[in-house]
Amino acid sequence: MTHKGVGEGRELTAETLARVEGEGAMRVVVHDGLVTDVQLRIYEPPRFFEAMLRGRGHTEPPDLTSRICGICPVAYEMSACHAIEDACGVDIPEDIALMRRLLYCGEWIESHTLHVYLLHAPDFLGYPGAIEMATDHPDVVERGLRLKQAGNALMTLVGGRAVHPVNVKVGGFYRFPTRAELGALRPRLQGALDDALATVTMASGFEFPDFEQDHEYVSLRTDHDYPIEAGSFVTSSGHAFGVDAFGDWVAEEHVAHSNALHARLRDAGPYVVGPLARYTLNHDRLPPTARQAADAAGLGATCRNPFRSIVVRAVEIVVACEEALRIIDDWSDGPATDAAPAVEVPARAGTGHGATEAPRGTLYQRYELAADGTVVSAQIVPPTSQNQASIESDLRGFVQARLHLDTEELTRQCEQAIRNYDPCISCATHFLDLTVDEA
Amino acid sequence: MTTAEARRPTLAVWKFASCDGCQLTLLNCEDELLELAGQVDIAYFPEATRAVVEGPYDLSLVEGSVTTAGDAARIQQVRASSRRLVTIGACATAGGIQALRNFADVSEFRAVVYARPEYVETLATSTPISAHVPVDFELRGCPIDRAQLLEVIAAFVQRRRPRVTAESVCVECKRRGNVCVTVARGTPCLGPVTHAGCGALCPSYDRGCYGCFGPADTTNTGSLSGRLVELGMPERDVHRVFRTFNAAAPAFAEESERHPSAAGGSP
Repeated sequence: MTHKGVGEGRELTAETLARVEGEGAMRVVVHDGLVTDVQLRIYEPPRFFEAMLRGRGHTEPPDLTSRICGICPVAYEMSACHAIEDACGVDIPEDIALMRRLLYCGEWIESHTLHVYLLHAPDFLGYPGAIEMATDHPDVVERGLRLKQAGNALMTLVGGRAVHPVNVKVGGFYRFPTRAELGALRPRLQGALDDALATVTMASGFEFPDFEQDHEYVSLRTDHDYPIEAGSFVTSSGHAFGVDAFGDWVAEEHVAHSNALHARLRDAGPYVVGPLARYTLNHDRLPPTARQAADAAGLGATCRNPFRSIVVRAVEIVVACEEALRIIDDWSDGPATDAAPAVEVPARAGTGHGATEAPRGTLYQRYELAADGTVVSAQIVPPTSQNQASIESDLRGFVQARLHLDTEELTRQCEQAIRNYDPCISCATHFLDLTVDEA
Repeated sequence: MTTAEARRPTLAVWKFASCDGCQLTLLNCEDELLELAGQVDIAYFPEATRAVVEGPYDLSLVEGSVTTAGDAARIQQVRASSRRLVTIGACATAGGIQALRNFADVSEFRAVVYARPEYVETLATSTPISAHVPVDFELRGCPIDRAQLLEVIAAFVQRRRPRVTAESVCVECKRRGNVCVTVARGTPCLGPVTHAGCGALCPSYDRGCYGCFGPADTTNTGSLSGRLVELGMPERDVHRVFRTFNAAAPAFAEESERHPSAAGGSP
């Protein structure tokens, strides 16, 4: 394709954005050599979860909302459990919280590895996909598959299965895995930790464009560990607020070009959730091995280049493996074996809020319950709808600096820039063919 | 072997309204994925690769249900370019959880979720692929089972029918040696009326089956509902247990209609 001069019409299209979870398109408008508009269009058909949750029982949202996303079902289950338990005024004992973190580690390993090896690495190594990449780099792809399988094995043990786990309930679990079952998984997770460290080394060797962005970051944070299954909100401009104040800080907008709602901080506008935000706001909470790996990868205490997200994601796989091993060891030393796997969560009228760190960013849910536990209203804010405005803003600058490229190469690079955010379009139907209109 | 037989069959994976979990199940075949890629030519699978081989395709796996006018037209094109078409999962086979709209007013649903409902295009119903085009095989589950998916692909490559049983979860549970959660503990369980395929997962986790594989081929849902009520389940909750991921599958839809929901509106 030839590059056309300023003032001529130019159209650049990728009808279906590949290697993302779900369906979307991108449109870029160029006027007199200036990018004037960028739109991510999410055409993934809406499924109306928030509407169909009304009238359901208060024990049902974990099973029902897990169906929003086959890649991060645990995130939906966990945020739903937190919100319902909050509405019912129930605190969860430490052993149940620990087992939730262990299950969530499995999802981080599975989802991050899927993204790093199968969706994102082919961009850096120059292949259309991982299967094509396997011909020249069999060791790389086999390591990725092995690592992903370890994550799935952890989800399968604790959750019953890797997609839509069955063992999660409001109040805890149907049953805890036994010490013997957990112990049997330990060698595999030790191997996964080695594979995760090799992943950090691989990703840190990729070439990254200079593309530092001054995004506002939002993440959960806890007073003791790296945020996964719990925490309260912090922002890079220094604000801190509780999960129950999310609605006071964040507004959702509906724009014409997308079936995803855009989320904005009421005082600061667009913001970013996900690995870069979590890492930058919680560098001091990294467990020791992950901290060493991040240092060796040259990451520093903050990361503001979205293209380096693949390195941060790899560091977070180390976090998840390291934490999973720690939890399994704590579990077999601790007094928790005979503990009940769940606490009762009696229904009551009220409103509850839940937020956890899905692999691609903070996932918030709110439920209003009637006295018998019937859901009166539900709100679900997935990570991709929070990141959508920032992805558009990244692309505006990114395309502007690359208008000299031919259409095919520009499309390929834009797709890579979008994949930096590991967008989950199925979740955010509430993502991408690429069109550049040069008027 | 002739040249024509030696050609690897082409595989395409299509997505309609869904959560991506069933096509992820293909990528979750970590031990088999690279061998599979040697046996079949993965010709169209946007979640995994940018490379696109032109159709027609020997085998199309279809995930998701039809919920937009555009998708109703697209499934016709997919069928026309596919020698064999297999639906994967509850959405493609029964309409999925999004078929809960079939029992409600979709414009009201749209107004609840979206500030500007006029921006959102949708059909009033979520329908399975078989409501639109002939389907060669339907694989059940929300999500599908990995081993069953591999069996279905192997069967189509070998040009035989898949060996996938149509019995109930109860049979799998007995085979697994589980103690019956209903008989022993009074836990409500949809195992007697639910299609096998999961390996009786929930009862193995001390939980009653919640029907994610949809109705078995022959079911007596009325008898099961009677037992659920005996166990103390309110009519409202009997209604709810049949109204999940396979709500629009005829056997479950009809049974849910027999039990009033709390709202008192639609039964």
